Amino acid sequence: MAPYDTPTASRRAFLAGSGGLVVAAVLPLKGRAQSGAARAFTPLAGEEGYAPNAFLRIGSDNIVTILIKHIEFGQGPWTGLATLVADELDADWSQIRAEHAPANAALYGNAVLGGIQGTGGSTAIAASFMIMRQAGAAAKAMLVAAAAEAWSVSAAEISVSKGMISHPATGRTGAFGEFAEAAAAQTAPENPVLKTPDQFVYIGKDMPKLDTGAKSTGAAMFTLDVYRENMQTVVVERPKKFGAKPASFDDAGARAVPGVVDVKQLSAGVAVYAQNTYAALKARKALDVAWDDSEAETRSTEALAQERLERARQRGAVANELGDVDQALSGAETVLEAEYVFPYLVHAPMEPLDAVIARGADGGVDVWMGSQIQTLDQGTVAAVCSVDPSMVRINTMLAGGSFGRRAQPTSHVAAEAAEAFMAAGGETPIKVMWTREDDIRGGYYRPLIAHRLRGGLDGGGNIIAWEQVVAGQSFAAGTPFEPMMIQNGIDSTMLEGASVLPYHMPNFNVSLHIINNPVPTLWWRSVGHTHTGYAVETFIDELLEKAGKDPVEGRLALMSDPKDARLAGVLRKASEMAGGMSAPQGRARGVAAVESFSSYVAQIAEVSLENGAPRVHKVWCAVDCGVPVNPNVIRAQMEGGIGYGLNAVLFNELALADGGAVVQSNFHDYRALRISEMPDVEVEIIPSVEPPTGVGEPGLPPIGPAVANAVRKLTGKTPRRLPMIKSMGA
Amino acid sequence: MKFVINVNKEQRTVDVDPDTPLLWVLRDEMRLTGTKFGCGVAQCGACTVHVDGAPRRACVTPVSAVEGGEVVTIEGLAGAEADAVREAWAEYDTPQCGYCQSGQIMTAVALLSAKPNVTDADIDNALAGNICRCATYVRIRKAVKAASAKLGG
Repeated sequence: MAPYDTPTASRRAFLAGSGGLVVAAVLPLKGRAQSGAARAFTPLAGEEGYAPNAFLRIGSDNIVTILIKHIEFGQGPWTGLATLVADELDADWSQIRAEHAPANAALYGNAVLGGIQGTGGSTAIAASFMIMRQAGAAAKAMLVAAAAEAWSVSAAEISVSKGMISHPATGRTGAFGEFAEAAAAQTAPENPVLKTPDQFVYIGKDMPKLDTGAKSTGAAMFTLDVYRENMQTVVVERPKKFGAKPASFDDAGARAVPGVVDVKQLSAGVAVYAQNTYAALKARKALDVAWDDSEAETRSTEALAQERLERARQRGAVANELGDVDQALSGAETVLEAEYVFPYLVHAPMEPLDAVIARGADGGVDVWMGSQIQTLDQGTVAAVCSVDPSMVRINTMLAGGSFGRRAQPTSHVAAEAAEAFMAAGGETPIKVMWTREDDIRGGYYRPLIAHRLRGGLDGGGNIIAWEQVVAGQSFAAGTPFEPMMIQNGIDSTMLEGASVLPYHMPNFNVSLHIINNPVPTLWWRSVGHTHTGYAVETFIDELLEKAGKDPVEGRLALMSDPKDARLAGVLRKASEMAGGMSAPQGRARGVAAVESFSSYVAQIAEVSLENGAPRVHKVWCAVDCGVPVNPNVIRAQMEGGIGYGLNAVLFNELALADGGAVVQSNFHDYRALRISEMPDVEVEIIPSVEPPTGVGEPGLPPIGPAVANAVRKLTGKTPRRLPMIKSMGA
Repeated sequence: MKFVINVNKEQRTVDVDPDTPLLWVLRDEMRLTGTKFGCGVAQCGACTVHVDGAPRRACVTPVSAVEGGEVVTIEGLAGAEADAVREAWAEYDTPQCGYCQSGQIMTAVALLSAKPNVTDADIDNALAGNICRCATYVRIRKAVKAASAKLGG
């Protein structure tokens, strides 16, 4: 078995909870933002109150509650992380529950993200594989020790299966709950023995998701569903142009709306405070705000695209090179050039941004939100409210999607909630709510990016040169993530998937222009791979076609480096699943393969044209993400990544008109993929004993280029300006 | 202004602005938070409820329009179709983030109540107004068909 190269717990501490066993692990962290002490957690009314600064607790009622340090917004960490604990604990799946852990970087920091508590980069399983298993194994060892003591038998003679502890020799049996309290008094094992893969009972199986039931009855609680006594709802009238500020406003009409409590200017705009949501929305419409546009972005996205394209025609800061690309291109038999434009994209999660904030009885501050980077949100609220971070309790809520939108290096939603709260006196509970219009027009988009590629073939059809220039905004600059993401003028997230290719190129040059402007941008599901995957995989497909080579065999022949063996594996598997690249009359198949976040995905899409626009009928998808913890979640994430990616490449562009105002405002003009547009998807997972890697993002990058490559077969042209319906005139 | 409305088989009195959308009456006044806000303009279907058995977008339905009608939300949804749909939802582990799922289920149950034996085209037509940004559509389609089969369709 391959060693699992994932973070492990360095020291374990076991704390007695009220009436149960609580297992905590202190993680090896570097540079964590702050060390949150163990503190009381204020749960929502009606919930049981423990101090859950740990990974699991076992109640005397036999319920095993797993504390999940990653936010659940659909990618499955509740079920995935709980599976790891339940397996090592030998619990029965029916006794397993999950809830979000509190904000505490010391306990719950993500070693893959530099020690802060947060979710991103498809790291939840990779960062937790060993830690959560150790937590389960340690808890089991302590339960066994407690039972051994109670029964006066040797611990070695005790076995545990499906939530039952038994001593076969004497016929004694007991459930976890009976020993929870006694187990808490046991000494923690330094190195709990972990199972070997052949002993896994849940890992690798389609365990039912823990949140499906509550999400089918309306019982699942999201931030918008949090109500506090005397709570006021706040909506903010925001500038129409990025970088504009309120110059003056007339709030007489707004204040006349029954239920309106106050109107105040905040950093983000003009805020209406009301006793109910409808009054807030109605009053906001009645506001008359004059804006100062002197520092606003007033150019259109068309102008911004041209600026980026012009820059991309010159080489930028070189991120990687090999050989002499200029010489190779000038000596090439055939040179292919291509320019691409990738538009601003909105994440548009189903639940718009929101947060609830209230004063705690101890003078601290309670926050309920879909917090994706708890440590930053906690620190930001603390700063705005002038309390110690240890006095800010972030109650991470289930969130209605994110796709990157809730991972805010600037913590702007937490900041807005805290500012609205403090501006109203810092005592009255406040719910800040964004509408869909706020969401579509509120920025933090996938950046507008241009690429220019040049490729050269020799007389024998070999690719001898590859040059790629990327130009666009970096969202890392000026944030806590800058040191991690930007080095020597290169933002690595803008070139991931381009600076190192899976294809051998004897002469190679990749460079970058960072061009910043006032439109706020952000990571968007699969980040740089959203554009690099598309550019690389459509361009290689065209070069192979020019060389007279098969798209699958041609790619495989270029994957000569051992690091590319797993990508080659998924490509072969997808081709085998689809039965090759030939399609029925009127349809065409396109292929693409992309490694992202250390997972490998290949897809083949079967496409036809309907009224000039692509219609995707079927997608075959092969994925290699190491040990598959929950195959059903992996398949769901491939389906979801395909749907989300397809949505964007087919339909989506966030445009600014001349003058800088956003053109789109809601789902009627920022089109969302509908059920009737979703292709049939078939997924196969490569069996593996490699360390598990993520699946939230990697399903996305190949779908755009796979569809584009099929479109080229149907129309003779690669859509190089997205979305496809725009460049295809459909 | 006072309104008496029947929600989940209970008569409820609320005192709100007459143009208040049913969505905010359900959520803010009755704390029936299973009905979600997604767009506010009847584009996404997250706020779907049943009014007299038919799916309606609560975000654009003024409370004054449902006086005398019977409103059912996800919390009050019951019966053979609801059971079959929820069972099928569990079988396929359909939800991801879950935020749109109340609306998806309300629409699916209304479809199956009207037509137990559904085709792919029926599902596409009935559910095309319910957006799922997680794209759980593959499973929604399978689950609705499974529910239809269970209902003898």
